[in-house]
Parts: sequence; structure tokens; C-alpha cells
Amino acid sequence: MESILEQIERGKLWNIPGGVHPASNKASSTQHPIKRLPLPESLTIPIKQHIGDNGKLLVNVGDYVLKGQPLTEAAGHWSVPVHAPTSGTISEIAMKPSTHPSALPEPSVVLTPDGEDTWCELAPWPDFYAKSNQEIVDRIQNAGISGMGGAGFPAYIKAQPKNEIEFLIINGVECEPYISADDMLMREHANELIKGIEVLRKLYQPTKILIGIEDDKPEAIEALTKACENDHYTQVCAVPTKYPSGGEKQLIQILTSKHVPQGGIPSDIGMVVHNVGTIYAIYQAIYHGKPLIERVVTVTGDTIASPCNVWSLLGTPIKFLLEQTGFQPQQWQRVIMGGPMMGFTLPSVRLPIIKTSNCVLAPSSQEMPMPGEEKACIRCSACADACPASLLPQQLQWFAKSKEYNKLEEHNLFDCIECGACAYVCPSEIPLVQYYRVAKAEIRQEREDKVKAERAKERFEARNERLKREQEERQNRHKRAAKRTTDEAKSKVAEASKRVASNDKSAAVAAALARAKAKRTENGEPDNSEMAKLRAERKAQARAYKEEKPASVTTDNKKDAVAAAIARAKAKKAEQAEASNVSDTASDPRKAAVAAAIARAKAKKASSDLDSTTVSSEAAVSEPASTEDPRKAAVAAAIARAKAKKAAKKADSQNADTQAAESETPSEDDPRKAAVAAAIVRAKAKKAAKEAESQNDGTLAAEPTAQSEDDPRKAAVAAAIARAKAKKAAKEADSQNADTQAAESETPSEEDPRKAAVAAAIARAKAKKAAKEAESQSAADVQHNEQNNSQIEDHALPKDNISQEQAVPLDAEARKKAAIAAAIAKAKAKKAKQDKGSE
Amino acid sequence: MQLSLTSSPHNHSHKSLSTIMLKVCLAASLGIVCQAYFFGFGVLIQLLLAITTAVVAEALVLKLRKRDIKTALSDYSAVLTALLLAISIPPLAPWWVIVIGTAFAIIFVKQLYGGLGFNLFNPAMAGYVLLLISFPVQMTTWSPPMELAFNQHSLLDEISVIFTGITQSGFTTEQLRLGVDGVSMATPLDSLKTGLSKGLTTSESLQNPIFGEFAGIGWQWVNVAYLLGGIYLLKSRIINWHIPVGFLASLAICASIGVVFHPGVSTGPILHLFSGATMLAAFFVSAQVPFCIYLAAQPC
Repeated sequence: MESILEQIERGKLWNIPGGVHPASNKASSTQHPIKRLPLPESLTIPIKQHIGDNGKLLVNVGDYVLKGQPLTEAAGHWSVPVHAPTSGTISEIAMKPSTHPSALPEPSVVLTPDGEDTWCELAPWPDFYAKSNQEIVDRIQNAGISGMGGAGFPAYIKAQPKNEIEFLIINGVECEPYISADDMLMREHANELIKGIEVLRKLYQPTKILIGIEDDKPEAIEALTKACENDHYTQVCAVPTKYPSGGEKQLIQILTSKHVPQGGIPSDIGMVVHNVGTIYAIYQAIYHGKPLIERVVTVTGDTIASPCNVWSLLGTPIKFLLEQTGFQPQQWQRVIMGGPMMGFTLPSVRLPIIKTSNCVLAPSSQEMPMPGEEKACIRCSACADACPASLLPQQLQWFAKSKEYNKLEEHNLFDCIECGACAYVCPSEIPLVQYYRVAKAEIRQEREDKVKAERAKERFEARNERLKREQEERQNRHKRAAKRTTDEAKSKVAEASKRVASNDKSAAVAAALARAKAKRTENGEPDNSEMAKLRAERKAQARAYKEEKPASVTTDNKKDAVAAAIARAKAKKAEQAEASNVSDTASDPRKAAVAAAIARAKAKKASSDLDSTTVSSEAAVSEPASTEDPRKAAVAAAIARAKAKKAAKKADSQNADTQAAESETPSEDDPRKAAVAAAIVRAKAKKAAKEAESQNDGTLAAEPTAQSEDDPRKAAVAAAIARAKAKKAAKEADSQNADTQAAESETPSEEDPRKAAVAAAIARAKAKKAAKEAESQSAADVQHNEQNNSQIEDHALPKDNISQEQAVPLDAEARKKAAIAAAIAKAKAKKAKQDKGSE
Repeated sequence: MQLSLTSSPHNHSHKSLSTIMLKVCLAASLGIVCQAYFFGFGVLIQLLLAITTAVVAEALVLKLRKRDIKTALSDYSAVLTALLLAISIPPLAPWWVIVIGTAFAIIFVKQLYGGLGFNLFNPAMAGYVLLLISFPVQMTTWSPPMELAFNQHSLLDEISVIFTGITQSGFTTEQLRLGVDGVSMATPLDSLKTGLSKGLTTSESLQNPIFGEFAGIGWQWVNVAYLLGGIYLLKSRIINWHIPVGFLASLAICASIGVVFHPGVSTGPILHLFSGATMLAAFFVSAQVPFCIYLAAQPC
């Protein structure tokens, strides 16, 4: 049994299944040698003319380039550059219709030749044996060589196969009818081709080199046989004329009897196949250093007056080629890029020749009639007989029509090389190849969609899981929170009672308790010393609260701030034991805060009249209350306080209530304003009360203070102080007056906070004056107030930091501070008063 | 310039459905001429009747199916079906035989299955089976070659027999079947079978005047004509050689086996190959031309 190599050397060829014998029609274009055409007016060079990635652009519009100068450089996978086909200027770099059935625009370089055709500097390697394989491969890549048979596979990839190569096969079969470009190249450049093959021989070191040429090209066979006469490595094989013998897999089968495995490449079985055009380009690149800038193109068809082969620069418009060869277009003219079996009709003739363009075919409607109407398949199986891949085209057609993609893949649709033999023989003129193309595209799309859908599914599931998790977490949190609320409430109550007994922080509370006891015995008459104690206790509480805050577990500072107010409010509420209507009040926290402040001020006064048991109950209730919605709570607090006051001040009640309600309106703009406004209200009330007082001193005294009080917080504090004093005054004065004034105060409160601050200061001054009159201690009072202010600022500082850390809006922070400060200020003011009073 | 766009391949073998059908009809024409020459014009009348019926039936059904009548008819598949059925039945069979057979073939076997390409059976042969089962007498009433017929008949006689059952001169179909010796003539293979049942050897049976140079008078030339038609189909790559060659070879081999083992009661392969409808079956029926056309392809 002789080996395959021996059989090959004996001249044995194998057969491929199927195949057809269309009329070759090559004679008309082989009458003349390959022609050289004049330079076209412009060349459009798409930067991608191969399979793989685009190269990186090296030139700009307006650049002058020499012939052979690279326009792009290889970048990415399977990338080869393109070169300037002649010398000239880059006139445009833009998206241009590609030489593709779709004509989809591709980035292209438009070159206007200067007519000089000046070569750039070339580096010929007459003795390439001195070069390393890698150098050769790099040169093949940098010369922009990609497969010129049709697919445009970068040659340098093929030049470095993973496996050892047994047979190097040179494809000169050119089985497509009409095309004679390779035939003419072999006839005219046989010696150069052999030299090009030498280069590949160095790269691959194959056992045997086989040149396959169809036996209808006797001249080419003769020329190559002569060129490799003394070369026992190389063998020219005359392949029987049959379409599609020139297919890569088919040629391997014919020459070596071997089958390329399904989905594999020839190098898997130790083969590599190169087209003769590619070989010639390699020869040019290695021996002469010339990049791939031109190729042989067959221009033929019945509408071409002089069919021929031409050396066409890459980028030459097809229109130019047709004009040069005497194209006489007909109605329904078709211009085919490639052969009649596998070529594609061009949507326009303004497309460029690219590296894979081997033929421009312009047939008349007589020689290539338009396809007839598709008729029913008669299951004649002619297609199966013609299929070179031994597929069942008829079955595939049914499956493709019914979109049974699984069946299509089972029937090896992807082995179809789209040679068109089946459609060529189909008596019913069914465009089989078209069905397969569509089916393939749909299957690919489906695969992609499947991948996408899987990803989407994963995402969806992950999302569902996350949502579920989050929901669970939320529920847990709610449960915990609810538990904590009750627990905290309990513990706070316990704590409070404990504090009442032992805690040094609540010494004040204890004092209050003591006071309460004392009061119980006294019953009625307010005692100044008692009041002083109460104030001191309050202050201590407020401070303790503030100090606690930075370390506090509670997350929201705002809550805390409000909570402070609420706590107090609640305390009052509890003390009054009066149910409050929470929901029907305005929701704005600012309003609430203002209202709370007002209410607090009043409540305080009320509470001073009341039993001191308040304090313990206040402490007990304050913490649970803080867990609620701050806004509601605040509002509730305001209401509560208002009510508390109402209850407390049986005589005054109507007055305070109205005031609290009215103050909500101005507070809508700015809490600071509101606070100031509140102060004004009270100041005015006081003014009304103290009708006898002159204004002169007050104004003078107020002005220096007002200037220093830029800080809204200070203003608020001041306002609060003013308020406190005002209240005291108001208490003494008639309530009806204050009411009226409050209504009037809405307008001024809408103005600038600074003005308001000034106003507040004035108010304060007046209030002071009033206080002076009442207590004749005004100077000391002012001093004390200022001291208080600085104290408050100190306390506010740590909280400020926290608020920034927690990213709470500064405005809100300021508001909170203001509110708290106001409360504290009030407390201090009162205390001061009390102290003085007690003194 | 407006360019037309088409999908590859852009050229075609130019073997369309209608040309294939017409070429098959053309290949069969020599056999039909022979049949007419040896057995009278009856076959032509049958042919005319069959084609008319087929075209009318097809047009009718296509109209009912709301299909384009012209395109469907222009593929000549109905004509071919009619032709095959017409040359398969006795030339003097009554007119309604061929009409029923063709109508059945076209309407039921072809169109009711969805028309060309969707039929499960060869319509002509399905029609033949129907006729053979339904009208066995009419379907086996083969007349002798003209040269052996006792009662010579003209074209008009044949028309009359087919449409009325009697010739102008009052002969019935049976009477037309009488040979020169006044005995009702059987087909060559029938007479062999009869001879064997009478205890005659094959060589004795072959003395019957119905046998000619190498097979039955008339039949042998008709078969030769169909063989030539078949070779034409093979040559023009309309059919593949596999089926006809396989068919004829197995017939010849089986006949030879008979001759080798029982020479007295067996006839040679030549007689088998050129008797009856052997060649018609080999090239026009078994290759299933109207049903499954085997086209040009290089054998692997």
C-alpha cells in the first residue's frame, strides 16, 4: 500500500462529491496580457479590506503620501495595514460605501494622485534566507497582505501555523466561471510565483508543495511546470475542471484525499492553502519590499467591449475600470463583484477595488438572465447531487423555510460553503443559498439573543434575590425597631426613675422633685428660688442632652434636635394629660420648630406656675417620643405645648393659642426669619404692653449688637431670648394687644434675615428695657445673654461636625441648631432672669 | 445608473422545470410513434384525451385553489402525467377509462396533496393502478400488432371503437383483437404463459407468430424506441443512470438465472428486456420523472 505522498507524486487525484460544470467563459478575458491602466482621478482606500480588526490611521487630511507609504498600521487582532497605491495628497478621510453586498459605509482614505507615482523608500530583501521567520512574518503583515482569493484572511496569521505543515497547497484552481486573474498571473509571473513559494517554504518547511490548477488552464500549467522543473519539492497538479474545486477544503480533498474536520482549519491536518495572488504579493513584499497596493482584476461580461485582466490599484473606482474597458450598460444591468457563482451584485459602481476583488463581471441579460420565479420544490434531489459538502440542500431548504433551526444545525448547515451549486442546478429556481444565508444569520442572531437572554435572566434573578433580601432586612429592621421602641421606652422610664433617685445628671431633676414637694406644701404662689432651681435643672438637662448627642446611637441629628423640643412638648403634654390632634396641623418642620419654640416659651412660663413633678415625667416621656416622625412630633409638640399653655394659662389661653397658630404663616419662608418674626411679634407685644416706654435708648443699645449678629443662629438665639422676655412682659400686659400685633407682623418677617436680626435685636433691646423696668438689672442681663450665646456655640460645634459627616444639608442643620439654640437660649434667659429675680 | 441586485449564484443551469418536462415528453415521443406505427393510432387518441383531461382538471382545481393557472400549467407536469398514463393503457380502451384515470391522477393524486412537489405518489402510476383495479378487462384488452390483425382498422374505426365500443363496420374491440388465424391474440408474454400452462416448452411457444426477431412483433421496436429515449434522458442528464440500469440489470440477471437452471421453461433476458413496458418502466416510470427527477450530477 503506497502512502498518500507516493500516490500524490504518482499524480493521483481524488474526487469531491457533487459539483457542477457551468460554462467557464474565460476565453474572452485571456486574449490579452494583463493591462496597465492610467491613474484614476481619485482612489478610495477602505482601511479595512480583510477579515479582522481595523488598522490605526497614520495620516491626516492634506498629508502628502508616497506610493507604498502605509496609511494605517496594524492594531488589534488579525490586523493588516493599507498603503497608498500611488503618490498624492490625502483629500478626505471619511465613511464611504464599502465594496460589500450591503455597501455599508466603512472608514476610508481618499487619495488624490499627483500623477508622479513616486515610490517611497523600499527595502528589498533579495536574500531573504538571511532573515528570521519572524522578520518575514512581520514583513508579510506590514505589507498588508491578506488572502486574495476571496475571504481576505490576513496572510501573516496563516504564515505562523500552530501545527507542523505537511503540504503547502497553492490554489490556482480558479474554478469560478469568467474569472481569469489568477490564470493570467500564473501565465505571466510563473517564476515570481515560484520565488514567492520559496519564501513560504522557508516558513513552513513542508514535505511537499502542491500547486493545484484546473486543467482548463493549460498555459498556466505549462508555465508553472516549467518554472519549477528542477524543483522536486514542488508539484503542479492539473485538477479536473469542476466547480467548486477551488474551495479550500475541496482542493485539499482533491489533492490529498484528506478532509478538513468539521469546524476546523486546514492546519489542523497539516495543510495550508494560499492563493496564487497572495503568493505574488508575498514575493513583492519580500523580494522588492513593495506592499500590497495593486492586484489583477478580471473585467469581463458581455456588456464589456474589451474584456481583459488589468493591474488595478487598490482603491480604484469600479466605475473607472468599467469605463476603461468599454462598458455598455443595459437596462436591469447587474455588476457583479466576483464570479457568477459566489460573487455579489454591486449596488453602485462608485465603490473601490479592494484586496479581495478578483473580478468585475458585467453580464448582459442574455448571458445571465434574471432569476425566474421560485417554483415548488419537486424533490428531484438535484441539489443534493450537486452539493460539494455532501449536504442535503433540499432538506435544509424545507427547514430553513419553516425556521427549524435545530434541524438545520443537525443537518450541518454551517458546513455549507455557499458555493451556489445547489441553486445553480435547481429546476424550480429556488434561491437556496439565499435561504441558507438568512437561516445562518438568524441562527447566529438567535445564539447571540440566547446569550443575552441568559445574561438578562441572571440579572433578573439576582435582582429578585436582592429585593427579597432587602425586603427581609427591612422587615427585620421594623421588627427590631418596634422592639427597640418599646424596650427603649421601658428602659428610659426605668432610667428616668433611676435618675430621679441616683443619677448625678438628674440632680436637677431631684431638685425639681424636691421643689415639687415644697410646692405641694406651699401650693400656689410661685417662688423665685424654686423657679431658679427649675431653670438650672432645665439648663443642665439641655447641656447634658447636647453632650450626649455626639455619642448618641440615634442616626439623625435633625431628629435629635427636634426630639429635644418634642421631649419637652411631650412632657408638657403628659403633664396636661390632654389628647392632641396630630394630623391636622401643618407639616413643615420649620413651622413646627417655630411653633414649638413659641409654645415652649409659653409652656415654660406656665410650667413655672405648675407643679414640679413635670420634670420627672418630662424625662420619662422624652426618649420614646423621639423615635417618631420628627416633623409630626414637632407639630404635635407645638400643638401640645399650645394646649398645655392653654390649660396652664387659664386666663391667657386664648391669646397664646392664636399666637402660635398665626406664627405658622410667616415661618413658611425661612426658619430664621420665622424665629426672628416670632421675636418681633413678641417684641411688639411687649411694646404694646409697655406703651409708656420711650424708644430712644433701646434703638441705640440694639445697634451694636445687631451688627455682630450675622450668624442666623445667634439671631435665633437672640430672638428666643427676646421672645422669652417678651413673653414675660406679655404675660403682664394685656393679651389682646399682642394678638393684633402678631397679625401685623407677617409683612416685616418676609424680609432679609439680617434685617430681621436687627429687628430682633431691637426687640431684644426693648425687651431688655422692659425687663429692666421690671427688674432694673438690664446691663447684667445683656452680658449674661452674650455669655450664653458663646456657650451655645461651643455646644453646637461637635454637632456641627457630625452633621457634616452625615451629609445632612447645611440649611437643615442651621435650622436645627437655631431651634435648639433658641430653646436653650430661652432656658438661659429665663434662668438669668430667675437668678436676678432671686438675687 | 440603476443597478439590479440579485442573490448569488447569478447564473443557472438553464434546466427549468418546463424544459425538463418537455425533454421527457420529447424522449417518449419516439416510442409513441413506434406504438402508433405498430398498433394503430389508438394511442394518439388516448394521448389527446389524456392531455385534454389533465389540463382541464388541473385548471379547474387551480381555479378552486385560487392559484395562478398559467404558471402551474406552463411547467408541463400535467401534460407529462397525461402522456405517461396514455401510453400505459391499451390503445383501444374506451374513452372514459383514460378520462377517469387522468382526472383521478391530476385531481386526487396531485392537486389534493398540494400540487407539484407535494404529491406522495407518481400521479400517472397511481391513476394506472386505479384503472387496473377498477377496470381489469378494459385494461388488459391489448390488440395485436396491425400486421397480425385479422380485422384491419382505420383511424376512424379506432375513434369509433374508443368512443362507442364498435367500429364503423360494426366490429367490437374483442373482434379487433382476433389474429389472422381467427384466434384472439394475446401479448407476447401472455402467449408464453399460456404456452407454459399448455405444457409447451419456451422454444415451442416462441414459434407463435407474435414473436419477431428478438421479442414480440411490434413490442420489440417500441421498447427499442423507449430505450433510445431513455438514453437521450441520460445523455441530457435529466435522469441518473442508477435506477434504470439497476432495474434493467436485475431483470436481465433474474432472467438469466432462469435460463441457466430451467432452460426449457425460461426465456432469455433479451426477450424480457424488450417485451411489454420494460423500457418505459425503466426510463420513464421507475426513474419517476414527473415525480422525482434525477438531474445531472457527476457520479461520485
